[in-house]
Amino acid sequence: MLHPASLIAGRDPFAAMRRMGEEFDRALLGPAAAKGYPAVNIWQGSEAVAVTAELPGVAPADIDISVKDTVLTIAGQRKAPETGDGAVWHRRERAFGTFSRAVRLPFRVDPDRVEARMDNGVLRVVAYRRAEDMPRRIDVKPA
Amino acid sequence: MTEVATVARGGQPEAAEGAETARGVRIFRPLTDIVEGADGVTLMLEMPGVAPGDVEIELERRVLTIRGRAAVPAPESFKLAYAEYGEGDYERAFTLSEDFDQAKIAAEMHGGLLTVKLPRAEAAKPRRIAVAAG
Repeated sequence: MLHPASLIAGRDPFAAMRRMGEEFDRALLGPAAAKGYPAVNIWQGSEAVAVTAELPGVAPADIDISVKDTVLTIAGQRKAPETGDGAVWHRRERAFGTFSRAVRLPFRVDPDRVEARMDNGVLRVVAYRRAEDMPRRIDVKPA
Repeated sequence: MTEVATVARGGQPEAAEGAETARGVRIFRPLTDIVEGADGVTLMLEMPGVAPGDVEIELERRVLTIRGRAAVPAPESFKLAYAEYGEGDYERAFTLSEDFDQAKIAAEMHGGLLTVKLPRAEAAKPRRIAVAAG
């Protein structure tokens, strides 16, 4: 992979190396590792689906969850910590700013039955399937 | 401030290769911000899934070690269908460039974000050692 000289000649001599490592990770781990923020895990139940995401340091009030048909969107803002004047950053690995992530669910969900909670920086959204879309058992009548 | 652990990986928190705890979970290196102000040094570490009571901070000589034990219950009656992130414990160590008073370290855990404040110790008093003439 080609890197412009400015990347290598930056202040942090290891930045280019780290970036290469990240690209390598993405290539190895496949598209899942580069899908966007936040990374999600999806849990399947019989009448509901659960989506979990790690959002450390994000206040619940700064998270906006919406659902339309089969698409669940988790959006929000990661606020940068307030630092006084003259503060010197030694290490800056966390990222800040707005984010939005859309996840396609395996079924249409009931918009009135979506529950979300936040525990120690882990968001969990549980969305229930619409009652009319629930699988129905069909009896086979004898001839 | 330098880092003791040499698992040099950025981006998402990555597991230290081959690292596993006795209870069989992976160990991640938490993403960290370190900012130095007039009053001291502040570290902010991302440890989602770790409760305030499950954080361990240790300062030995100049090595500050931070550990977090994650306890995220799997959603009941759900099966994991698709995963983009892994769950596990956290551990990271830093070597401090100056001495800090261990007794004055303040830490706060809020929503999976650990903030550690190291107030600068009062300027060490200059000591003069008299050289006795032999």
